Amino acid sequence: MASTTAKSTYGRGFRDSLPFTLVVTPFGVIFGVIGTEAGLNLLEVMTFTVLVIAGAAQITALQLMDDNAPTLVVIATALAVNARMAMYSASIAPHISAANGWAKAAVSYLLMDQVYAASLLRYEENPGWSLRQKLLYLFGTATPVAFMWYMGTLLGALAGQAIPEDWSLDVAVPLAFLALVAPGLRTRAHLIAAFVALVVSLVLAWMPYSAGVVIAGLCGMAAGAELERRREATV
Amino acid sequence: MSAVSGYPIWAIIAALAVGTFLIRYSFIGLIGNRPLPPWLLRHLRYTPVAVLPALVAPMLAWPAATGGETDPARLIAAGLTVLVGWRTKSLLWAVLAGLISFYASMSLLP
Repeated sequence: MASTTAKSTYGRGFRDSLPFTLVVTPFGVIFGVIGTEAGLNLLEVMTFTVLVIAGAAQITALQLMDDNAPTLVVIATALAVNARMAMYSASIAPHISAANGWAKAAVSYLLMDQVYAASLLRYEENPGWSLRQKLLYLFGTATPVAFMWYMGTLLGALAGQAIPEDWSLDVAVPLAFLALVAPGLRTRAHLIAAFVALVVSLVLAWMPYSAGVVIAGLCGMAAGAELERRREATV
Repeated sequence: MSAVSGYPIWAIIAALAVGTFLIRYSFIGLIGNRPLPPWLLRHLRYTPVAVLPALVAPMLAWPAATGGETDPARLIAAGLTVLVGWRTKSLLWAVLAGLISFYASMSLLP
């Protein structure tokens, strides 16, 4: 009985995350295409995608290599793009603290934006779920998303060389990033953080090694955090 | 000459794979259930909305594909992506709006 329920939790996670594949697949295709255009071979593109499994960070790394940034700046900026996942980790942790080491490692590997968002929502809706149900639900949401992320990348890498340059596919990169950010502009603090980062980045664009991007990101974070702190202090 | 030649590409992939995994594993496997200090949580909340715009701003203002010349089609597409994403809260609609407006203005503008 219990195992039937658990099985259906996996299926529910799987179905809940199917719409996300509409977004993840094209994002994977973009990474495959621009990775191939940047000079990575098929093995490098696919290893990148399978091991890192974080689209925004992967595309950031490619972009910075294209700008001739030093290796350490490439790594540091791409990891900064992933810093949000520490937050995901912190909010998922109490739900699966009783799981064994392998399950925890698997959850960590699969903790993509969509997997996190869908799972946390259902965990909060269903406080009575067992650890097994919580894990199966998360693995259910991760299955289509991760699979289509790999397949999208593969498709993009294989089609990459065939796409003519005058299609201006490069435009997909900033648009995909803006589309990731825009739905998150919920409060005035989020808007200010984005605006400050944007302006500082343009002002500091002359700086070598893309240092301006890192400084602008930190300025935006500080602006958002400060505005939030002041609002809380006045309440 | 490709963009990645001259880079230790396998070292970069390894560093990003290990680094990203450790960020995701941090609270689940290492730190446990101890809560984060509130000031750090406050800053982490704003990382995506700050880092990503900082990254795209120069790409949009001076695109490499046009040799660094500002391109109205890209700016219009960027503006519409943000507007639609913000209004609909949907990543998919935002990307579609941006791409459609980009190719429409490319074909309409001289």
